Amino acid sequence: MTTPQLVRMLIPTALAIAMLAILGCNKKPAAASANPFPESNQVQGWTRTDEIRTFPAAELWKYIDGDAEKYLKAGVESTSTSDYEFHDKFEAVVDIYTMSSPTGAKTIFDSEPGMGASTPQLADAARLYEQSLVFRQGKFLVRIVAYQSSPLLAQGLLDLGKRIDQRLIK
Amino acid sequence: MKEKSDSSRRSFLRTCVAGAVGFGATKLAIPAGVQPDITPKSKVVIARDPELYGTGSSPDPARVQKLLDRAMQSFYDMQDPVAVWKKVVHPGDVVGLKVNTIAGPGLSTSVALVEAICERLKQAGIKPNDIVIWDRTNRELTRAGYHLSNDPNRERVVGTDARDVGYEDKPSVYGTTTTRFSKLLTRTCTCMINLPILKDHSGAGVTAAMKNMYGVVDNPNDFHSNNCCPYVADLYMHSAVKDKFRLSVCDIFTACFEGGPSFQPQHTWKFNGLMIASDPVAHDYTGWQIIERKRAEMGLKTLTAAGRPPKYIAVAADAQHRLGTNDPQRIALVEL
Repeated sequence: MTTPQLVRMLIPTALAIAMLAILGCNKKPAAASANPFPESNQVQGWTRTDEIRTFPAAELWKYIDGDAEKYLKAGVESTSTSDYEFHDKFEAVVDIYTMSSPTGAKTIFDSEPGMGASTPQLADAARLYEQSLVFRQGKFLVRIVAYQSSPLLAQGLLDLGKRIDQRLIK
Repeated sequence: MKEKSDSSRRSFLRTCVAGAVGFGATKLAIPAGVQPDITPKSKVVIARDPELYGTGSSPDPARVQKLLDRAMQSFYDMQDPVAVWKKVVHPGDVVGLKVNTIAGPGLSTSVALVEAICERLKQAGIKPNDIVIWDRTNRELTRAGYHLSNDPNRERVVGTDARDVGYEDKPSVYGTTTTRFSKLLTRTCTCMINLPILKDHSGAGVTAAMKNMYGVVDNPNDFHSNNCCPYVADLYMHSAVKDKFRLSVCDIFTACFEGGPSFQPQHTWKFNGLMIASDPVAHDYTGWQIIERKRAEMGLKTLTAAGRPPKYIAVAADAQHRLGTNDPQRIALVEL
């Protein structure tokens, strides 16, 4: 068998092993994952409605334009985002900022006024509002924002946030 | 034409009177021998409807139409809600409606407002397909609730990133800004109506009419240092912007006083209003004051104390730019 033939044979095998590894991770929701975004129905009531998009620091402006500056100053390395729906009714977006260090996540978190927020026991620190949840865990800053308001949302945001926190690689 | 000039004169007189009353001036206050300042003031109209949202989470389209009509009628001092638009556009124009959709459905130019404007533009003689609703990307437009369209029988809805659009190959230069403009602005549209959102901005301090032009170029990321100053003003000086701009209709249905420009719902409030101006500097100065008042009400620092003074507004008014006025005594603010 020649080397190219061997390579051609091994590539599908390697891909299959990688797929199995990913599926295996998804069967253990409490375990950390390379993909911290829960799939549909992994958290009650939540459906993921969009692909996961990731923006390296230099391209963060393509996602949030001017808001990128404060994250860049705090040492953001990349940002991943995806859209969700809660009970097929409320739209939301999840943004996960990966900073170069926990200090960066703390800098952003502490720079935001906390008026009107409750502070649930979640990750290193968290703030929960009627329509949004923000928390930091190590070098990650996670923001979940719903586009509509409902009394049902707060618990839903918290449930989704907890699952994301479990899936972050710490 | 006679109607136009009469109306303009009436509008001018009313503006001067409003300004004089507003600032406590009287004819007797002018010392003998001193020429009264007759420079026309920049008119800014703010119209509000406390019931705009009714009991729902979206603005009521019928109330939006009425609010728009009221604001436009006041701005042009005319009674006919269609005739006012004939002062802005003319049959044959290809009218660009530059919306702002980057923050998603929570804080983007309202679809109901755009539909209300389209209705009046068509009644004013603009063909549906000569109306182009646009922004940076198809994704952002869709996410904000717009339905992309290339149907020749209706308004076009398209992002600069759409196939066959894109940015100019050749950069334009003014002052500190070297940039490539969207072909939707340079080639497709013959004029532009600016439809910004009023928001706090983590860099610029305030984003409204002038800052909305960051969405018409390919490299806005190059223009964010030093509180976006003088970049915002310089960018507005390019002929692609300045010469095509006709009017700003600012969506202040929901505004943002902190945490912008992204949507953080806990830092927004329902202002239930619209702001109209043809002077982008007076427009943005007035918007800045609205945000400062809300920040004070919420116990937050001023934008200057928070390290993000919107200093580009003064630069836009300076002798080099002359894009309008940031002098409150030269702004005739009408609140309805």
